[in-house]
Amino acid sequence: MTGPGLTEFERVVLPHLDAAHNLARWLVADATLAEDIVQDAALRAFSYFSSYRGGDAKAWLLRIVRNLAYTALDARRRAGTTSLDDGTTADGEDHPAMQVPDAADDPEASLARREGFARLDRALATLPADLRECLVLRELEELSYKEVAQVTGVPVGTVMSRLWRARQALMQSGTEGRAP
Amino acid sequence: MNKGECAEMTLLIQAGVDGELAPAEAARVAAHLDQCPACADTESQLLALSGRLRRELPFYAAPDALHAAVRARIAAAAPAPKVRSPAAPVWRRLSWRNVWPVAPFGAGAAVAAVALLLLLPTGGGLPDAVVASHVRALQPGHLMDVVSTDQHTVKPWFDGRLDFAPPVKDFQREGFPLTGGRLDYLDERPVAALVYGRRQHLIDLYVWPEEGRPDVAPTSDSRNGYNMLRWRQGGMMFWAVSDLGAQELADFVRLWRAA
Ligand SMILES: [Zn+2]
Repeated sequence: MTGPGLTEFERVVLPHLDAAHNLARWLVADATLAEDIVQDAALRAFSYFSSYRGGDAKAWLLRIVRNLAYTALDARRRAGTTSLDDGTTADGEDHPAMQVPDAADDPEASLARREGFARLDRALATLPADLRECLVLRELEELSYKEVAQVTGVPVGTVMSRLWRARQALMQSGTEGRAP
Repeated sequence: MNKGECAEMTLLIQAGVDGELAPAEAARVAAHLDQCPACADTESQLLALSGRLRRELPFYAAPDALHAAVRARIAAAAPAPKVRSPAAPVWRRLSWRNVWPVAPFGAGAAVAAVALLLLLPTGGGLPDAVVASHVRALQPGHLMDVVSTDQHTVKPWFDGRLDFAPPVKDFQREGFPLTGGRLDYLDERPVAALVYGRRQHLIDLYVWPEEGRPDVAPTSDSRNGYNMLRWRQGGMMFWAVSDLGAQELADFVRLWRAA
């Protein structure tokens, strides 16, 4: 089942499968699609693995996931199979807007029942995709600025300003964590 | 504080919250925060927001079934088997070596050792795992690793990828056409999944070796509306699962066992 490449791949890349799934899930807001994206991303990563030259395996895998997620959203939007409304990013680029995850029918989101979660989640969901992905990568995936830049393919300065705009939006939407 | 200095501070304060400041910059930011209530407030808001995001938003770890599916598909995509068992039966080595560039290793000692670790067929969460795997495979866009109605294509496809040679049979004429196969992962081992059609339904037949164990007649089970039949025959364990009715699934199994 394995050559030397597979053992190495399992050691270096597969530990980041949870991170990959989390990112996919936040980007597409669809449990089934997220799993398919992770499977495709892992297979792609494996087939590109011979060209992987060390370095940050997590960021490397997440970049593949991120690109596949946008491709999938784009395809779905063009197919017109969902009610995704077309979003425009803060940069004026056209990006698929995201669905607000429906926490009510999602058993994974038992956290949703916690006070305040729905509001924060919703505010995050309504951010433009490029701001949201930066925030998810930084806060939930705990990537450094440099890694976020690597995943999203923009300079570190852009990461910083996107993060700031994302946080500003959340703070202004009244979901900031001031002590009640 | 003058507005220009505060504006310049914003991204630095954020970088401090994100742990991205070098000590010298951090000291400069701290000095400003000491004297500027507005910026100090910004910092505390950023810290609070960060805390809430991490505390309250879910981190969607990959489900176990996804971990297993990824491993199985990568194993399927890998070029060559890991273990070549020196104990492979001679007949199998002879019969395949000249045909396939990758010599499949027979169901030898290594496999027998693995089989000892397997749950008994009735045991534990295996029925749930089988149904979960079947349901996953039914999802739109899920790929079959080898799509073929020809058993002479499907069988060799497995031979390079598994440490055993699953029997492959077709029942086209009886109304259960073979449609393909894939590698799957059950009970912490790669298994063969043969896919059969029946009208608009699919049957997954999972196969793996349990060498040296006695034949066992089919036992039925069901989970969440899916019917299952499992049996052991010729040192192989078989699990058939489908949303077909129990009777039709039993017909399929009867055909399989008789062929
Ligand atoms: Zn200030």
